[in-house]
Amino acid sequence: MNRILTVPLLIATLGLAACTDPARFGADGTGAGAGSANALNGGIVPGSASDPTSPAYFQQTIGDRVLFAVDQSNLTPEGQITLDGQAQWLLSNPDYQAVIEGHADEQGTREYNVALGARRANAVREYMVSKGVPGSRMRVVSYGKERPIEICSEESCYAKNRRAVTVLAGGLTS
Amino acid sequence: MSIRILTLCLAMIVAVAGQVQAQQGPLRIEITEGVIEPLPFAVPSFQPESAEAGQLANDLARVVAQDLIGTGLFREIPASAFISTVSDFNAEVQYADWKAINAQALVTGAVNVSGNNLTVKFRLYDVFSGAELGDGLQFSGTTDGWRRMAHKVADAVYSRITGESGYFDSRVVYVSETGPKDARKKRLAIMDYDGANVQFLTDSSAIVLAPRFSPSGDRVLYTSYESGFPRIYVLDIGSVQRRVLESADGTMSFAPRFSPSGQTVVFSLTQGGNTDIYTMDINSGQSVRLTNTPSIETAPSFSPDGSKIVFESDRSGTQQLYVMPATGGEATRISFGQGRYGTPVWSPRGDLVAFTKQNAGRFHIGVMRLDGSEERLLTASFLDEGPTWAPNGRVIMFARETQGAGGSSTLYSVDISGRNLRPVPTPEGGSDPSWSPLQK
Repeated sequence: MNRILTVPLLIATLGLAACTDPARFGADGTGAGAGSANALNGGIVPGSASDPTSPAYFQQTIGDRVLFAVDQSNLTPEGQITLDGQAQWLLSNPDYQAVIEGHADEQGTREYNVALGARRANAVREYMVSKGVPGSRMRVVSYGKERPIEICSEESCYAKNRRAVTVLAGGLTS
Repeated sequence: MSIRILTLCLAMIVAVAGQVQAQQGPLRIEITEGVIEPLPFAVPSFQPESAEAGQLANDLARVVAQDLIGTGLFREIPASAFISTVSDFNAEVQYADWKAINAQALVTGAVNVSGNNLTVKFRLYDVFSGAELGDGLQFSGTTDGWRRMAHKVADAVYSRITGESGYFDSRVVYVSETGPKDARKKRLAIMDYDGANVQFLTDSSAIVLAPRFSPSGDRVLYTSYESGFPRIYVLDIGSVQRRVLESADGTMSFAPRFSPSGQTVVFSLTQGGNTDIYTMDINSGQSVRLTNTPSIETAPSFSPDGSKIVFESDRSGTQQLYVMPATGGEATRISFGQGRYGTPVWSPRGDLVAFTKQNAGRFHIGVMRLDGSEERLLTASFLDEGPTWAPNGRVIMFARETQGAGGSSTLYSVDISGRNLRPVPTPEGGSDPSWSPLQK
């Protein structure tokens, strides 16, 4: 379900990223924050998935997870787009910290999968750092194969379980 | 006539390698691969020597029989076939009556209960040679520990007949599991080797993984997520007190095992996404890094003499097994077959390593020599994982997870010939077993 939602909504994410990234547009003096607020604030419900400052927006609109190929920890092009959105959101919402959770599917031994999940979480963290998110705001944890979200023993489930999920912590609650 | 001697399979593997020195004489069984004739034995109910001993006299004999049957090496002659009854522990055995029903071994016992004190005596007879095998033995303890006394009797019987040390008076610490795969609850549990006397050691509020016994059997190392991150804890079984082994913020530590001395812990530590192997002095907390590569190094296990460590690494591109000195340094790859190899565990005898193998979509528990030769796969299923050795190095316990949405995990044991695969009963699901040393 998450994958289906992510694709159309990423367009909005990228739009936001383009508007609010001070590194890209700050030099033009466009007043990024105000611009994005004007563009997107019409009729949105605060705290909902359409409110760009909300965790719900981060989780659902940007997408809080990226997926990996079997036994791999390199980011897919699609995953990088999601992480671009996550990085932008974190830069725009500096009150939030993030814990990046790495996961593996059940095809593998327990210890190896903990180490593999750590590689995946760390790949996400390093990408976010490269996009300007301070490393001090992100922690990584690996759950190995201990926390699948899909429980069938088929590739359709395994594909969703091989994931790194960015979980927000802190920030203002409304 | 002498009682038939059971030669366990590993001895045969060795023999095959260097040309079989066939044991002489028609009355000895050689257990060759795929051919085993379990040795028929009889265990009449033990003799109660006090009024209170009646129930235990029966129960003790049953546990002794179950221990022996559970090895797959023995077959019990049912009491309904008995011609003789044993009504006095010290009376002469009527060998002809036991020979007539083909009971090659006869175990007799006597039980005395006085308050909480329990005394158990037993004798083992070689029926076909018409003589006792070894001397009668007596064990004393409390009635609470009656199963342990039965296991000690069975260990002595097993040992006298096979020439191997026993493994029945031992315990297993494991992860008890409930719930579906996406909401599984895990907690540490400890039980007798046969699944009796289960006690829970932690609650299920945090994920716990892979408990490992100390060499003296009094402590357990395990990994818990109770801090939100995987950390290694050491738990005292008697007091159920635990403490965390400190590790730097931002790191994850897991896959611990004790050194044979019990003073050092070898484990994996992940920092910056990279997992390497370290040792730590359990008292001082001082740690030493043993590997330093960008690959995954995990699942370390000491040799019984403490001089080497076997571990898994994907430095070649896939998970394989390696051996290195216990102080670190150059590692030698030992696994070269098809597929991936993980979770190596050094046998307590020092001669073999048990491992988990993944190949062609199946999981196997296997053993190989430390130079990688003589690989033998003992099991095959959708997901077999995490072997642990019986204290005598002849039997392996592991966990088997079944396929699909309703999948669950069960403990199994198998002997190192691949025979006698059987589930180990647990009240909930079970995974990550660790077998204790023989109890003192």
